[in-house]
Amino acid sequence: MVTGALAAAGFAAGALLPPRPAFASEQLTIISWGGGYQDVQLRKSFFEPFTKATGIKITEDQWNGEVSKVRAMVQTNTVNWDVLDVGVGIGELCSHGLVETLNWNRLGLDRTKFLGDDKTLDCGVPHHASSTVIAYDRTKLKNGPKTIADFFDLQKFPGKRAMQKGPTSNLEWALVADGVLIKDVYKVLATPAGVDRAFKKLDTIKKDVIWWTAGTQPAQLLGNGQVVMSTAWSGSINNAVKESGLPLEIMWDAQMLSLDFWVIPKGARHLDEAYKFLAFGGSPKPQADMTRYGNNGPANKDAMALVDPTIGPNLTTSPAHMANSLEFDYSFWGDKRDELNQRFTAWVVQQ
Amino acid sequence: MVTMAVQVAGNAEVHIPLRINLQRVEARRKLRAFALAVPLLLFILITFIFPIARMMFDAVHDNTLLKLMPQTAAALSAWDGKDLPSEGAYAALAADLKHAWAQKTAGAIGKRINFELPGAASQVASSSREANALSTGPYKAALIEINPLWAQPEVWAVLKRGGSSYTPSYLLRSVDYQYGPDSQIVALPTDSAIFRDVFLRTFGISIGVTAITLLLGFPLAYLLATLPSRVSNLLMMLVVLPFWTSLLVRTTAWVVLLQSNGVVNDVLMTLHIISQPAELIFNRVGTIVAMTHIQLPLTLLPIYSVMKTISPNYVRAARSLGAGPFYGFWKVYFPQTIPGIAAGCLLTFILCLGYYLTPALVGGPSDQMIAYFIARYTNEELNWGMASALGAILLTATLLLYYVYNKLVGVDQLKMG
Amino acid sequence: MAAFPYASPIEKGWRYLHRLICGMVILFLIGPILTVLPLSFNSIPFFAYPMQGFTLRWYQEFFLAERWQTGLHNSVFIAISVTLLSTILGTLAALGLSRPHFPCRAAVTSILISPMIVPVIITAVAVYFFYADVGLLNSYIGLILAHTTLATPFVVITVTATLIGFDHSLTRAAAGLGAPPITVFYKITLPLIFPGMISGALLAFLTSFDEVVVALFVAGPEQRTLPKVMFAGVREYLSPTIIAAATVLIVFSIAMLAAIELLRRRSERLRGIRNN
Repeated sequence: MVTGALAAAGFAAGALLPPRPAFASEQLTIISWGGGYQDVQLRKSFFEPFTKATGIKITEDQWNGEVSKVRAMVQTNTVNWDVLDVGVGIGELCSHGLVETLNWNRLGLDRTKFLGDDKTLDCGVPHHASSTVIAYDRTKLKNGPKTIADFFDLQKFPGKRAMQKGPTSNLEWALVADGVLIKDVYKVLATPAGVDRAFKKLDTIKKDVIWWTAGTQPAQLLGNGQVVMSTAWSGSINNAVKESGLPLEIMWDAQMLSLDFWVIPKGARHLDEAYKFLAFGGSPKPQADMTRYGNNGPANKDAMALVDPTIGPNLTTSPAHMANSLEFDYSFWGDKRDELNQRFTAWVVQQ
Repeated sequence: MVTMAVQVAGNAEVHIPLRINLQRVEARRKLRAFALAVPLLLFILITFIFPIARMMFDAVHDNTLLKLMPQTAAALSAWDGKDLPSEGAYAALAADLKHAWAQKTAGAIGKRINFELPGAASQVASSSREANALSTGPYKAALIEINPLWAQPEVWAVLKRGGSSYTPSYLLRSVDYQYGPDSQIVALPTDSAIFRDVFLRTFGISIGVTAITLLLGFPLAYLLATLPSRVSNLLMMLVVLPFWTSLLVRTTAWVVLLQSNGVVNDVLMTLHIISQPAELIFNRVGTIVAMTHIQLPLTLLPIYSVMKTISPNYVRAARSLGAGPFYGFWKVYFPQTIPGIAAGCLLTFILCLGYYLTPALVGGPSDQMIAYFIARYTNEELNWGMASALGAILLTATLLLYYVYNKLVGVDQLKMG
Repeated sequence: MAAFPYASPIEKGWRYLHRLICGMVILFLIGPILTVLPLSFNSIPFFAYPMQGFTLRWYQEFFLAERWQTGLHNSVFIAISVTLLSTILGTLAALGLSRPHFPCRAAVTSILISPMIVPVIITAVAVYFFYADVGLLNSYIGLILAHTTLATPFVVITVTATLIGFDHSLTRAAAGLGAPPITVFYKITLPLIFPGMISGALLAFLTSFDEVVVALFVAGPEQRTLPKVMFAGVREYLSPTIIAAATVLIVFSIAMLAAIELLRRRSERLRGIRNN
């Protein structure tokens, strides 16, 4: 009876063995940010066409941009991610040698065609310009916020607001709300007094903040009325409006503009396939295709020619949205992220 | 005579082996019984006890600086720590920094120094880059020129302490202390001192949840123990069902119920008890409600099993001797339930100390307990020394309580369902 | 309580109050689960009553979407492996522990049970550091071994429980009558401990099937389990599919629970223990 049961169970276990691809090299593990962005935008314009063109199967997973996860993999020599979709973390990944330095000849791409500074292009191929903005529910706030200072104004806009749990963009905006000019933000933030000033400004709304960690949360928090406004990625708000018809509105003042890159973590197991993917991911066609599913402007300048002209004005890179935008400083955060992260963590858990 | 002697000797011969024989049989039985447990014991020792022991060791062991800056460590062994070290130490530092640049280890060195000297990481990285260009000495002036960091006695004190593979820094930091500039132990500045609060919070939430589960669990256990068994078995299923429902499912349920426009707020607003949605989630309320829900069956079950063994005759006797219902209950019944209360509460308290998922999903930043910080230091800050130190403290507290539990209740009293 | 026909009105009042309190506690225990489950049939993705309409769309997503199916597949595979391993190891140990001659029983039991007591975050982190050294991170075998550690205490406890009051003269008599140890085990010991083994195995299965903390630390993208998918969902985007998954899991738990209860009764009957 027991042997029978064990044999049956053993058989079941055998039958249930997870499917393994026959050729381990014919696949690629790509990590992105989840939500409609990954499930629709990237899959339709990058992953599926790539697999179709090359036959390389893609395993997807998600992350929330934790540089430390990559560091842990590299340190423990267990790198099982092949391509990462990374945003503002690229400065740190690059300066700590956690990602491959790219050989642009091998990619077969012209790096002068891309947005982004030289240092970041050493490590990643940018695929779109995304922006962090303030979003709100227009049915609840008839007269929505007009400036970043409004977000910090509890008198004018009482109620909870959501912010990303981390120092990036929050510290910059705190300074802008406190009266620092956009062009001086990083100059001020580089001084200890500037950091103190930013935290002091954040202190004024701290008790009314709910912290989010994943890009899909702001739309959810706004949608179910948990908060009145939220910092958010414009792309995920755009998706939420499209998919669930939520009455969300974006305030573009002082949008934090940053690029998203494809990078290869150091020691990736499928380097050849990863290079193939980066070459594909940098080409104009998929980057232009992506604008059909979201509002992120392409990072390859050649792609704009392929974009539907009616979409143009909605993109993060449109002149109207760029009017008062704050450009993300990769080298500042590459140097300071660890330190400011620690300070932020200690700050956020104290009551 | 001779035969007699032989006989006696023979008797003696039989006599002694019998005792030894019995001992041998006994020993063999022990060995055989033990042998059955050996596979699991080895398994647990290798995959569980050993990793945990190693983690405890990591709480005080750190040879990052010794390994990555060996020359500096050697040069500093004779340094008295009063003034800035001599040219020799700076030359060693320059050599180590150059090596670090070549090996791309400057980040790791910077991170280690940054732990004791916040803000140093980026300066170490840039010094390493620039030191690479230095070809000849004297190095002291050159390095201070590159970065004033190297003129600070504090950084040298850190480097000197790094000459030992063992450091109490992580344990000190876990209780909000650190090394001061002269290597004396001082309290952390208040803007980064968080752990004493976190430990107090962990204890506070655990005590609160234990108390609530007792208050809610005791009456229900009493009802279950006194109802006829057919009814009580049915009710028992209702108690045990959530116990066997995935923790994530239950936590999800609370997220859905307690949201601003969730079911609880809807009901309260429909009944006009409140006019604005109450804040029930991502704060202490949500954390305690969800934890209580998860722990309630675990407090209740030991109390229930003790109550089952209490004969109703004692209370009856007390009543017939003239005791009022409450007096009888309080003086006769209640004292007999104390072992169950102790077992249930202690178990719940021990388990509460290690909560991670529930506060992470339904609490706010200021409701996170110690387990959250262990996870954070492991995964996000990659400071494994801190993770180990906090883990060692949590584990020690848990094991002490486990010991008390064992003495008081006995580990074999743990029952499932 | 009902045994006192001479109860005073105050006492009666108290009794009703007591019942009321108990009713509310049971509502607290069971209510959340019962309230949430119907929302998995709600036609719109919001979590509020009244429901707008009935749909099976979320179940469809659970059973068809690749993310959920890979998770389910992985979880079942891992849980079955864990069940086999921990049932064998745990049963052997329980057989040893319940022999009258076992040396240092208390100490050994404490060690074997300790994975239940040590906070799971400590286990997860310690195993993570250890696996980082020996190269078991992001592997099926690593996750299975770690889950087995967490699951064996349940087997040890349930099998030991069936052996309480086990009459060792039975095995001795069989051996005395010439039965070899293997026969003694199959004919006498096994039938007695079988219910305990099965309930231990079921508990081991559930332990692994529900486990998320260790999986978060040591499992890679290929070993993504169902609880990991759910965890990401609760954290990131609360869709009714999670509730649908939860419903499936609860139905599954109820089936398991019923099986364990039946087995326990059977075991008690076999051992001649009467319920009082």
